[in-house]
Amino acid sequence: MTVATDPVAVAPAKSRFRLSWPWILLGIAGILVVMSLLRIVTGVDDLDSSGTIRATLIAAVPIGLAGLGGLWSERAGVVNIGLEGMMMLGTFGAGYFGYFYGPWQGVVGAILLGAAGGLLHAVATVYFGVDHIVSGVAINIIAAGAVQYLAGMAFTGVPGGGQTQSPPIDRLPSITISGLSEPLGEIERENWFVVSDAAAVLRALVTNMSVLTIIALALFVATWWLLWRTAFGLRLRSVGESPAAAESLGVNVYRYKFIAVITSGGLAGLAGGFLALVAANAFRDGQTGGRGYIGLAAMIFGNWRPGGLFAGSMLFGYTDTLRLRGGGETVHALLLLVAVFLVLLALWQWRQHGRRSALIAAVLGVVVAGIYMVSDQVPNELATMTPYLTTLLVLAVFSQNLRMPAADGKIYRKGSAG
Amino acid sequence: MSSTTTAGTAPVGSGDVVVRLRGIGKTFPGVIANHDIDIEVRRGTIHAIVGENGAGKSTLMKILYGVQKPDSGTIEIDGEQVSFSSPSDAIAHGVGMVFQHFMLADNLTVLENVVLGAERLHGIGDAAREEIRRLSATYGLDIDPDDLVADLGVGARQRIEILKVLYRGARIIILDEPTAVLVPQEVEEMFDNLRGLKAEGLAVIFISHKLDEVLSVADTVTVVRRGTTVATLPGDSVTSRQLAELMVGSELPSPSTEASTVTDVEVLEVADLCLPDPAGGRPLLSDVSFAIHRGEILGIAGVEGNGQAELVESIMGMRPAATGRIELNDGDIAGWSTRRRREAGIGYIPEDRHRQGLLLDAPLWENRILGHQTRRPNVKGPFIDRAGARADTERIVEAYDVRTPGIDTLARALSGGNQQKLIVGREMSGEPSLLIAAHPTRGVDVGAQAAIWDHIKQARREGLAVLLISADLDELIGLSDTIKVLLRGRIVGTFDPARVTPQQLGSAMTGATEEETQS
Amino acid sequence: MTDSRMTRIALAVAAPVLALVTAFVITSVVLILAGDDWLGVWGQILSWPSNRTMVNIVNSATVYYLSAVAVAIGFRMNLFNIGVDGQYRVASFAAAWVAGEAWLPGYLNIVLALLAGMFVGAMWAGIAGLLRVTRGVSEVISTIMLNAIATAVVAYFLRKVAIRTEGSNIISTKPIAEESRIPGIPFLGGEIYGFVVVAVLVGVAYWVVINRTRFGFDLRAAGQNESAAVASGIDVKRMILVTMLLSGAAAGLVGMPLLFGQDYAYGSTFQSGLGFAGIAIALLGRNHPVGIALGALLFAFLDQQSNPLQILLDVSPDIVKVTQGVIVLAVVIAYEVVRRYGVRIEQRQVAAALDAETREKEVSA
Repeated sequence: MTVATDPVAVAPAKSRFRLSWPWILLGIAGILVVMSLLRIVTGVDDLDSSGTIRATLIAAVPIGLAGLGGLWSERAGVVNIGLEGMMMLGTFGAGYFGYFYGPWQGVVGAILLGAAGGLLHAVATVYFGVDHIVSGVAINIIAAGAVQYLAGMAFTGVPGGGQTQSPPIDRLPSITISGLSEPLGEIERENWFVVSDAAAVLRALVTNMSVLTIIALALFVATWWLLWRTAFGLRLRSVGESPAAAESLGVNVYRYKFIAVITSGGLAGLAGGFLALVAANAFRDGQTGGRGYIGLAAMIFGNWRPGGLFAGSMLFGYTDTLRLRGGGETVHALLLLVAVFLVLLALWQWRQHGRRSALIAAVLGVVVAGIYMVSDQVPNELATMTPYLTTLLVLAVFSQNLRMPAADGKIYRKGSAG
Repeated sequence: MSSTTTAGTAPVGSGDVVVRLRGIGKTFPGVIANHDIDIEVRRGTIHAIVGENGAGKSTLMKILYGVQKPDSGTIEIDGEQVSFSSPSDAIAHGVGMVFQHFMLADNLTVLENVVLGAERLHGIGDAAREEIRRLSATYGLDIDPDDLVADLGVGARQRIEILKVLYRGARIIILDEPTAVLVPQEVEEMFDNLRGLKAEGLAVIFISHKLDEVLSVADTVTVVRRGTTVATLPGDSVTSRQLAELMVGSELPSPSTEASTVTDVEVLEVADLCLPDPAGGRPLLSDVSFAIHRGEILGIAGVEGNGQAELVESIMGMRPAATGRIELNDGDIAGWSTRRRREAGIGYIPEDRHRQGLLLDAPLWENRILGHQTRRPNVKGPFIDRAGARADTERIVEAYDVRTPGIDTLARALSGGNQQKLIVGREMSGEPSLLIAAHPTRGVDVGAQAAIWDHIKQARREGLAVLLISADLDELIGLSDTIKVLLRGRIVGTFDPARVTPQQLGSAMTGATEEETQS
Repeated sequence: MTDSRMTRIALAVAAPVLALVTAFVITSVVLILAGDDWLGVWGQILSWPSNRTMVNIVNSATVYYLSAVAVAIGFRMNLFNIGVDGQYRVASFAAAWVAGEAWLPGYLNIVLALLAGMFVGAMWAGIAGLLRVTRGVSEVISTIMLNAIATAVVAYFLRKVAIRTEGSNIISTKPIAEESRIPGIPFLGGEIYGFVVVAVLVGVAYWVVINRTRFGFDLRAAGQNESAAVASGIDVKRMILVTMLLSGAAAGLVGMPLLFGQDYAYGSTFQSGLGFAGIAIALLGRNHPVGIALGALLFAFLDQQSNPLQILLDVSPDIVKVTQGVIVLAVVIAYEVVRRYGVRIEQRQVAAALDAETREKEVSA
């Protein structure tokens, strides 16, 4: 079983488009212009305020880290739906070690517990050859139970703690460059077209930035470098593309899969740790809220590459933030963007694929625009589904143009080379 | 078991013994793949190992390359006893292997495929790129390190495999059935390459079951039969008849031509069949037209990947994007589903039986239902007729000589030949008017091969129309009444098997003299 | 022939036993490490349940059973319907609303509500099926997302149609009228859900359709080998869609025993998380209706027997969730190991049979 496109669907088109710096910069500029327009048209200033962007970053990091975990694992050919469970273990690790020993110990604890979950997944899928999704689901069940049991033991009776949550944990250090933060705030308040929006983004980056956020961003770069620029990475990726070929050249397939899946667990654990240590300041049961799965979706959206994953997690983080900050009203403003996106998509589909899918996109676009026109806010209950609906929509649009590692999700037995 | 072991006396060859295998044995569940194997390979020679499918040649080579560990026996390289626990040990001792099924990752570049596992030699960057260019130029391999493997054809892939071995500085090169995917001209070229390697003092181990090829290039021939070495002979003083006798105890079966049974009743007519490439490249099929009559076998020749699979799948209705006219017994079936086409009398032996032909983890009798799940004796109304299906499976097992302990055995447990015989029996049931047979004898032992050929010939006599796709040119020439050649999705020639030679077919398959290097 | 069947049955039993033992050991280790009274815990869990507990076990197992069958339908064709959780909640809400409105009298109202629930469950699952066949979106991700979306959608509609219970902030649909409730069946002095009967019927229907019909054969074939299924003339896309719809319809029944036998309304406190238990139980029962029944009883047994742990021994009953999780992981590993062992045995049998045959031939030649 695989978690992406499947053979029943139309074969993906070969696209050799690679992200390069000019494209990235152009993309960022384009997003700024669109957001700025949207802010002015809808009059909802919070759409891209520095507060929203900072919150977005905080919401995006756990998704991104989980996705990075998925990336490591799937690049080595192991589908990891157990990310959610490993994240849960991470939240508890951070809560337990963070409260009893200190925040940095919490970080380590989160990584270690997540990695333990990864080890379990590796043993089941790589060594015993169990179906990857089955094993992942089982790990999620175990993790959920284990965390509840352990939390009950660790935090019951501790002052400020309880059956389902830890007492507050000390904060990790964060960085503010006040020399930049203040003047950028001035510019942001002017509401100038594009300029203020750019200032908001920069301000978010220099204000109250948690060290763990910076570490997370560094992990993206490190992952890219390790997997695409080193011999180690070549071997790890080869194991996900063609384990038989790798083994026939003396690569120890099991070893690389183990390394990848354990690392994957560690990253997912860190993602959970981030939730407990930075996003909140305590462990709470159920804190992950499906972010492991969303991370996986972000990775698929990102075409199994760190850059794309980063974009995907920002997108999902953003939608998550909007529903939390503005609730129904901000999400309502987003509807306009969705409508515009769908119409653009319809035009693109018309040229690329065919009239039917173009028509569907166009009709949906008109419907969304209609909803935007006739209502003035999205009911709060429905606003909570924004990130999940976005995930679904994004996958529906992009799945067919993606290419996952060729041997992803396939079980490989040692000695099958040749 | 009668064996005439004369191993150990390599009569030809100048150099020292670089590989010495002594008493190698290997057992898989229920199968003794190898036992008492004795082989000596000398420097500067081409040493062929021949044997029929399933004789244990490939297992033996995997042992020599460290993919599998022998249960018994010893391996000596350059006089030093070694024990390989993984291919990297073998590579470190100068052993390289080109596998029958290419060991390449499609989505990685040539460079990445070549340097994988040997990153220490020249890194993974420009130094490695230079070295690949140098080797490619020296040996005339015509390989660009930055191509994506997915974009390359069969010939180029094989040259990458050879380059991989050379890159690691191998002195002992194993080639497992390297000619299976090549046309005769390419085979000649490859043999020239091998002679070049030999002249440089390398030892080449060449595995094949095509005896004529073996005799044209090998200095020494070792025959493997039922998992053990039965003879080692000089390549220049042995005939293919003698080798065949050693290999299977008799002459090899040949798909001899029989009197024509072709009628003028058209069974299948294909006209202007086109199939666009979903990825937007050159069409997979363009304007393919032909007709097959009752009692006729139409053979399709072509280098792998030139549209054979797509042609078959279009006729079977598995490619909805195909356009054109397909008529079966004068009825247009182009818009029909696969199931309806099957019900109308098309039998289908797919090219990859594990992927398309069988439910490996289901018992034989359920496999008998597959593809016939709307017809008697398998079903009654909406229900599966277990008794009927089981009884008919017994009949197939008996009539087609499927060697199995029973019909509850899982398909996975059978040997390739027996799996294929079951498929042939299944597809012949229900009295089809058209049989599509894609590589019907690929990878099966000679017994099954002869039986399958007999069944096809028998059915042809009884008026079946057969579309035969095969990479084995002897099979095509032997069985077909007409041969058409498919190149880049087009039919580029029609030949009379009574007059055509494999060389002529080869020329047509590759587009005369042009190599398919650029594709 | 019967030999190989016997071996297969023996191996099929060996795996779950192995898994249970593993789960027992690991849970004990966890308890010992945590410093809990591990013997006491097992003493309580493995004690003979009281009559009341028995009734609870059967009731809870009924719900688990339906959920696991819904999951198993998907599994049989290699579809991971992780969305049973969302499907049953959407369906239960719809059925509760329909039943509460009481457009039809008495039992007809039940039938209408059940049909509505199955229809809504099927549609909710159908979204995932449609996305898979038309857009190539994996049902694993889409059903997980649909679970979260279901929560939001149900909350929204519940607020629209809900009535508020006096003196609490729990909101729920209109309660089902007395005459449209499903009466319980007397059992050990208590009453078990009348819906047990329906659950049994669902199990039988599932077994017959999957194992004895042409449709079931197509479904299994498509699940075992998609390419071979296509070559055999099965429209795999259609099968994916139909299977998702069936799985969703079955999921639509999951909440019905609760709705018609216990809660009589859908409220914000309606039991959730049943879909995930269903996945675990389907894996444990190997998608076989009898296996699933045993698995459902086991899970319900562990749940109910662990309830008093907190009071009796000050041990969190969550420990059985660890046990249940370990059982699932251990059982899938054990099945895989046993399967491979079984294939080896079979290959050996084939080889042995053939050897005998060749020897005969050589003698006669």
